Amino acid sequence: MTDRPGAPTRRGFLKAGLAGGGALVAGGAVAQEPDPLITEKQPWAQMWGDGVDVTPYGMPIEYEADVIRRNVGWLTADTISSVNFSPIHALDGTITPQGCAFERHHSGAIDLPKEDYRLMINGLVETPLVFTYADLERFPRVNHTYFLECAANSGMEWAGAQLNGAQFTHGMIHNMEYSGVPLRTLLEEAGVKPEGKWIYVEGADASSNGRSIPLDKALDDCLVAFKANGEALRKEHGYPVRLCVPGWEGNMWIKWLRRVEVTTEAVQSREETSKYTDTLADGTSRKWTWVMDAKSVITSPSPQSPITHGPGPLVITGLAWSGRGAISRVDVSLDGGTSWQTARLAQPGQKMALSRFYLDIDWDGSEMLLQSRAMDETGYVQPTKNALREIRGLNSIYHNNGIQTWWVKANGEAENVEVS
Amino acid sequence: MSKSRNLSAVALLLALTGPAQADRFGLGRPALPEEVAAWNVDVAPDGVGLPEGSGSVEDGEEIFSANCAICHGEFAEGVGNYPKLAGGDGTLDRDDPLKTVGSYWPYLSTVWDYVHRSMPFGAAQVLTVDEVYAITAYILYSNDLVDDDFVLSNENFLEVAMPNADGFIVDDRETTELPRFSQPPCMTDCKPEVKITMRAAVLDVTPDEGH
Ligand code: HEC
Repeated sequence: MTDRPGAPTRRGFLKAGLAGGGALVAGGAVAQEPDPLITEKQPWAQMWGDGVDVTPYGMPIEYEADVIRRNVGWLTADTISSVNFSPIHALDGTITPQGCAFERHHSGAIDLPKEDYRLMINGLVETPLVFTYADLERFPRVNHTYFLECAANSGMEWAGAQLNGAQFTHGMIHNMEYSGVPLRTLLEEAGVKPEGKWIYVEGADASSNGRSIPLDKALDDCLVAFKANGEALRKEHGYPVRLCVPGWEGNMWIKWLRRVEVTTEAVQSREETSKYTDTLADGTSRKWTWVMDAKSVITSPSPQSPITHGPGPLVITGLAWSGRGAISRVDVSLDGGTSWQTARLAQPGQKMALSRFYLDIDWDGSEMLLQSRAMDETGYVQPTKNALREIRGLNSIYHNNGIQTWWVKANGEAENVEVS
Repeated sequence: MSKSRNLSAVALLLALTGPAQADRFGLGRPALPEEVAAWNVDVAPDGVGLPEGSGSVEDGEEIFSANCAICHGEFAEGVGNYPKLAGGDGTLDRDDPLKTVGSYWPYLSTVWDYVHRSMPFGAAQVLTVDEVYAITAYILYSNDLVDDDFVLSNENFLEVAMPNADGFIVDDRETTELPRFSQPPCMTDCKPEVKITMRAAVLDVTPDEGH
């Protein structure tokens, strides 16, 4: 039997349980025998390690090989127009490394060299302009950390608990520090005419994914980004240039951004009519639901990150975010939402960026129904899934920001459940 | 001292005379008309951007069969997990609504624009303008929205009525949800009892190998 990556194995549990149980004496660990890892000389303490340049660009060490993006094959017809999920159950802090940040393509991740990159600004502007990549690098630059959440994140959970892991229920999210030029700067360079009320932004890939964005938002905080977490964007995130639309659904963050057209009206492209609209119980659908409401999830313990150490000190941790501003507070419930305690934010909430929260408890080893509930600076409180369903029905695909429950059992395993 | 005061006076003057000018960097170059024409091909609901041309249901059937049917089916009914482009009439308020061009899409311009720019999947932007008119006509026909002798053109484009044109409202969360979800949250004794109502492990659709 081979170990299934990403999921705990029965053998793993037994091993962990034995180690934990054996060491547990009167609330503290007492060594029965000297630990050979200490008493015997280990090879790494005697011989050379790798020289510099063994990996000119480093990958995570082999022991972390299961901390990777994963997809759910049955969701889409193929992997070209498809999505995978960030391994949020295994990450900490708030920055998502680019190499494991989820991907969503509508026609595959294209190969577009910087030298061949062109950005056009046209439509209702005084001078339609073309920029090269080198041109973009000469505008004053800013740095901002933003989360990007796909509107369909947790979309499979509308009708009830389905996927057993935070990676799959909440992994269509990443959070990076972007460097780039405010879109406003580029629009001002072309000179927006007074009739201009919207922009239409479009990518260079074969899906030519295009979205309409109100001019106010474009001039407010949209960012034309070319670096993420300090280095060039990865191909799968739109190298060499993508758009950031802070707090708004990921589909609008056009990758391989090639054109910004100033218009009087929304274009009503396929991605803002057929898709990314939310059908309510009576059959009418909401459109232009751009903002991502406040949401949170406990990343550990969770189905892919069970408790392996038995009773005693336990770190409960997770992520919270809001498209309407900064996270102000996160509460955690151990009993399925009957009572709540306020968790500790690792850092003060930042606008439209992930917050990390911790609740450090002394676990008595009994079952828990773990939930987290985010609040943002506007006073919005993350609702339960049932509260959302009461308003929207069951047929929405997008914008499920309901409270997630993990049923943690006495043996430390966790399962995605819904509670009354 | 006096020098820096002079400098800020100059800056103030510049700001007063033309802030828009002062904000420009003179980077990039004017886009040529041919360049704008090559990329600016999106079509708006009012027909702006629609090129002159026409195509019949009859021609569309053949072109669709050759270029699209392998994924979307001969009658636009869909194959496997590929999108269904026809059917679903009257299903939007039921469980698992079937959203297609006929049952869901509010604007015909979106069909023309999307097919023109993004399909066929894997070989986008190979169709001629007339072929796109013909395919669009055929998709309408597959949804029982036009007769088999219908010819679609830039002239009659706006006359086609889309069944779900009035089926959309602008995001109303601000009034329907925000007041309800902006109450101080309960902290203790929030519910009388808690029962597990559904388990993912019971409905286990989680990928086994995960990749
Ligand atoms: C190789 C398979 C394939 C072929 C061939 C193909 N399509 Fe598609 N089509 C797709 C996929 C996949 C999508 C969804 C893409 C996405 O979501 O990004 C799609 C989406 C569409 C949509 C939007 C559906 C919706 O509900 O939003 C339309 C309309 C469409 N195709 C029309 C066509 C037409 C017309 C042709 C022929 C000219 C064609 N397709 C050829 C695979 C194909």
